[in-house]
Amino acid sequence: MPRKLMKGNYAAVYGAALAGCQAYYGYPITPASEIAESAAAIFPKLGRTFLQAESEVAAINMVYGAAGCGQRVMTGSSGPGISLKQEGLSYCAGSALPCVVVDIMRGGPGLGNIGPEQGDYNQVVKGGGHGNYKNIVLAPNSAQEMCDLTMLAFELADKYRNPVFVLTDGVIGQMMEAVELPEPVSEFPDKSEWAVRGTADSRHLINSIYLDHDDLEWWNEELARKYALVQKNEVRVEEYRMDDAVIAAIAYGSVSRVLRSAVDLARDRGVKLGMFRPVTLFPFPNEQVLALPDRGIKGILTVEMSNGQLVNDVNLALRGKMISDLHSRMGGNVPSALEIVEKVSELYGV
Amino acid sequence: MAQKTVLRKPRGFIDVYKHKPGAEKDRTHYCPGCGHGILHKLIAEALEDFDLVEKSIVISPVGCSVFAYYYFDTGNLQVAHGRAPAVASAVSRANPDSVVISYQGDGDLAAIGGNNILQAANRGENMVVFFVNNAIYGMTGGQMAPTTLEGQKTTTTPYGRNIRTDGYPIQMCELINQLTAPVYIARTSLHDMPNIRKTRAAVRKGIQNAMNRKGFSFVEVLSMCPSGWKMDAVQSQNWIKENMIPRFPLDTYRDNSDQPYTVERPVPIMDPEEVRKILGFGSLKTANLRQNPDAVLRKVALRVSGFGGQGIMSTGIALANVGMEYGYNVSWLPSYGPEMRGGTANCSVKVQEETIGAAECTEPNMVIAMNQPSLEKFEKILVPDGVLMYNSTLIDIEPTRKDIKVYPVPITGMADELGDTRVQSMVSVGAFAAVTGMFDPGEIKSLMPVLFAGKSDKVMKLNEDAVQMGYDYVKDNFS
Repeated sequence: MPRKLMKGNYAAVYGAALAGCQAYYGYPITPASEIAESAAAIFPKLGRTFLQAESEVAAINMVYGAAGCGQRVMTGSSGPGISLKQEGLSYCAGSALPCVVVDIMRGGPGLGNIGPEQGDYNQVVKGGGHGNYKNIVLAPNSAQEMCDLTMLAFELADKYRNPVFVLTDGVIGQMMEAVELPEPVSEFPDKSEWAVRGTADSRHLINSIYLDHDDLEWWNEELARKYALVQKNEVRVEEYRMDDAVIAAIAYGSVSRVLRSAVDLARDRGVKLGMFRPVTLFPFPNEQVLALPDRGIKGILTVEMSNGQLVNDVNLALRGKMISDLHSRMGGNVPSALEIVEKVSELYGV
Repeated sequence: MAQKTVLRKPRGFIDVYKHKPGAEKDRTHYCPGCGHGILHKLIAEALEDFDLVEKSIVISPVGCSVFAYYYFDTGNLQVAHGRAPAVASAVSRANPDSVVISYQGDGDLAAIGGNNILQAANRGENMVVFFVNNAIYGMTGGQMAPTTLEGQKTTTTPYGRNIRTDGYPIQMCELINQLTAPVYIARTSLHDMPNIRKTRAAVRKGIQNAMNRKGFSFVEVLSMCPSGWKMDAVQSQNWIKENMIPRFPLDTYRDNSDQPYTVERPVPIMDPEEVRKILGFGSLKTANLRQNPDAVLRKVALRVSGFGGQGIMSTGIALANVGMEYGYNVSWLPSYGPEMRGGTANCSVKVQEETIGAAECTEPNMVIAMNQPSLEKFEKILVPDGVLMYNSTLIDIEPTRKDIKVYPVPITGMADELGDTRVQSMVSVGAFAAVTGMFDPGEIKSLMPVLFAGKSDKVMKLNEDAVQMGYDYVKDNFS
């Protein structure tokens, strides 16, 4: 398999190109700018559209337009830009339009800084715009996964006609790793039932207005049924040394990479630590987390670069069977393997 | 014998307004005396006459014309407030052969969407924009619009628009006329038949321009809003004539429709073979994994550090690239976020057979220090028995720790000797190969086409020499 050394941000664009993404609409923001830059470099060579929009708001609305025309389309940004895109994302979800958004999280709130953080968890995983909707959220932790999960994002977006997020942070976006390029996608779903193409038989309506209250309630219930299906079918997790683990640590994205090192370090010290990593954040692996106490796990530590956003979902999933502890770093600070191991020892006396 | 005239809806309209809720599916939702219905009809007639109904796409905004999709028998997208030009831009690019019609009111276009309309106009997007200016927010119940006249009473200017606090009514045609790209800019009115006829001509010109890929056409139409203005239909018509036209002069501001220019859009390449070729599949070496003989460095966790401009990042990338080509797992992480403060740059490089966890080397087993601050900073965090290679050309202090292996290498000096300071990255790579025993200099040289893709043979040869020089120095001085 051919391999290329590339940044996570580039890998997402390669993944998009391989998935047949026909258009990129975006606005520059650190630490996500390489996504726009690499799309600007790659997409024109492939005859695909790259456009630097006048704003984050314009970019997501261009995504809405392209998606409404049946194109595979993507945008990328970071926290402040994602905040601006929320209205447009609500429209995409309300009109059942498939699209892919890459969020390379940075420190917040406000202008914050450009260091890595995971503070966008709630605004992305809970569907940060108005109304009852959810985004499907994939959380890569390597350059390879930036490519692979971006490709998967396009597949899921089309399968469920819903926005899909690739959510990660500045570390994964800026880091270079070897990426094996998968085969380009050659078969695409038929969207002729709904996509507007400027032809006689594509005179469809893309719309999220339901004036009648019963109609809108029905539509919200339809969306809820879709999300239940996503919850049932699409949960993905990764475990590392969990088979004989007594303590489970939970993390996603770049923190899960540090956690992997922490697990090895803990094992060197005779501490039976294992890693449980949600790869999908919506759907969240509720059942898998709930099962942890029955697998001989005596303590659960959630490690995140945000102030207890992930641990809320962990504790909801645990339904009071056990309560997860939290180790949180913020402001651009990344936890080290050593500090995680020391926290485990301190909390659980191991 | 006199011909019998059959009155019917233009074919641009849906025969029965099926999307419209309620029983009255044969009439619009617009108030009596409103201008929207007239403009809709002019558009629908043009679409029929130019045989464009099937290839047109109408963008419905937010405002009274939010329900434009009830009526037009075209493709329809209903969009967020103010964003019609942004959506229309993407729709036009996705369907270059279609006729994209963006329809907006004054609050939507000139207030919340002010930037979007200017930018779409400035890009010369292939579309026609119909801008209904009735100097008020209709749908939300008669609030001030950006086009509300001085002194005009609305629900949010109950004492009349005060230019000292609310600014002046905004003139969109004049504003857009400052831009180079638009092909056609006109302002017309719907207040009487002669002006409706002029509006008809402008509508048709705009639609034809979109059809002929001429770019961006902007047609502003002064329109009655009897409900919002609290007038009857005739009073509304007179109000346009007496009050709006002096502020919003009717004119063709620009008409470059006969210029030969046409908008070009790319054709997406989707064929997998072509995509593979363009993305550079198959031009890469196959893996060639070797055992790392040095136990301490079995898993390389390296920090490269120095001044910006010393090739710190490229040294790290080159090592990661070489490691990858040898079949190792590799990662490279630049100094990033809070660490970027100060004048030094550094990166973390991991090279190992096992899957890599954390990419940041918080406890490196090797450090390449290119300047003195780097030595001082990273010597401290080296693991015991770790390797410290430092640039003895620029660093004249000695490392203080005794539990590490030290390799002073005149990296900058050797690069200068080769005549180009920039090759110090590859001197470092050669020295690294000798210290770790991980790579063979000959094989690194064979990777030059990967590492220096697109560079001249001369550059590659120079860098090959740098690798050899770094390698030989370590072998000769520390074996």
